[in-house]
Amino acid sequence: MSSSSIVEAPPKGGFSFDLCKRNEMLSGKGVKHPNYRKTGTTIVGLIFQDGVILGADTRATSGPIVCDKNCEKIHFMAPNIYCCGAGTAADTESVTDMVSSQLQLHRYHTGRESRVITALTLLKKHLFNYQGHISAALVLGGVDCTGPHLHTIYPHGSTDTLPFATMGSGSLAAMAVFESKYKEGLNKEEGIKLVTEAICSGIFNDLGSGSNVDVCVITKGEKEYMRNHLKPNPRTYVSARAYTFPKKIEVLSTKITPLKELAQVVEAGDAMEE
Amino acid sequence: MSRFSPYDNNGGSCVAIAGADYCVIASDTRMSTGYNILTRDHSKIYKLADKCILASSGFQADMKALQKLLAARHLIYQHQHNKQMSCPAMGQLLSNTLYYKRFFPYYTFNVLGGLDNEGKGCVYTYDAVGSYERVGYSAQGSGSVLIMPFLDNQLKSPSPLLLPAQVQP
Repeated sequence: MSSSSIVEAPPKGGFSFDLCKRNEMLSGKGVKHPNYRKTGTTIVGLIFQDGVILGADTRATSGPIVCDKNCEKIHFMAPNIYCCGAGTAADTESVTDMVSSQLQLHRYHTGRESRVITALTLLKKHLFNYQGHISAALVLGGVDCTGPHLHTIYPHGSTDTLPFATMGSGSLAAMAVFESKYKEGLNKEEGIKLVTEAICSGIFNDLGSGSNVDVCVITKGEKEYMRNHLKPNPRTYVSARAYTFPKKIEVLSTKITPLKELAQVVEAGDAMEE
Repeated sequence: MSRFSPYDNNGGSCVAIAGADYCVIASDTRMSTGYNILTRDHSKIYKLADKCILASSGFQADMKALQKLLAARHLIYQHQHNKQMSCPAMGQLLSNTLYYKRFFPYYTFNVLGGLDNEGKGCVYTYDAVGSYERVGYSAQGSGSVLIMPFLDNQLKSPSPLLLPAQVQP
């Protein structure tokens, strides 16, 4: 007698597209799908005299609402490599974390400092594998033994190698600044000033970007992560009176359910003999 | 091929709060389309009558058309009745105007503020097709979801759930 039980195979990981048909049917009927938390974003990078400078704004949006006014978009990849991320926040966060751990394991294996092209290849292979469903647009920059490098990575897995780059909804505003003012051989001060200007252009002219400017300077053997390097949008109208809240909070009923029984141990019987 | 859409959302928010003998109306001045800013200096507030101000957010072309129409109707009223329209009267007129286009609506989210016939502050809040209600305060537009809870907290009295104490058996 054969058993007719169907053993359900455990999920192998990766994406499950089972609900896609259902979602399509629902959107056909006019049901709006929930918003993802996106980093509307302006992210930039440029190569200067001694290395690479990365910049990013700090606004995260969920539809028309700003859900985080001061999030971090410049992610750590390796001590000499940082990556800015635009697109779906969960995607940029998890893909950079994943490649960062892979790089660390690789460093232990090889005994050498990570190279930017290693991070690039790991990222592009992963993103291409998922055919653009992982919505992460990245600006990868770092300095390794072969020199300073700057790359852009698109959600479908294509990459560019550039002297200056911008990504995100504010990329056009930022690129306008770069295209007019960039030149080769900028020094650190000029580079930071230009990056800040490009991000500010995104912050003030693009509605998907806002709040503060984060900057990261990477040079041979050294990195400087300047969180909130510039804060051009401070909170100005704070009520001097402070906001009042209703004085009384009426307790209508109280019910306490202990989750664990507190067991009382009563010392009974003779003590153990030695 | 995406279908041509006759509507666009120019963003922005409007607020109005009514007091005992005054009414405050405010709006932001940003006009946008998608992620781009069209202008930083465009007012969404329009004076319809001495005691009646309209603030609308949403599609600015429809807003302009609505303002023109209401202003014209008000002028006719003044000629016929030899007086300004009161705020409640304008409130009803706006509702009827919006419902008139029930099947190709004005994409505007309106707040009408002013003084009623007795001189007390009044605020009327509308949806896109003319459903309206007189309230003490209201916010409309993209920021309304953030502003209304704040106004509810600061202006409304504490919990309406306040029950009288249970009588001891």
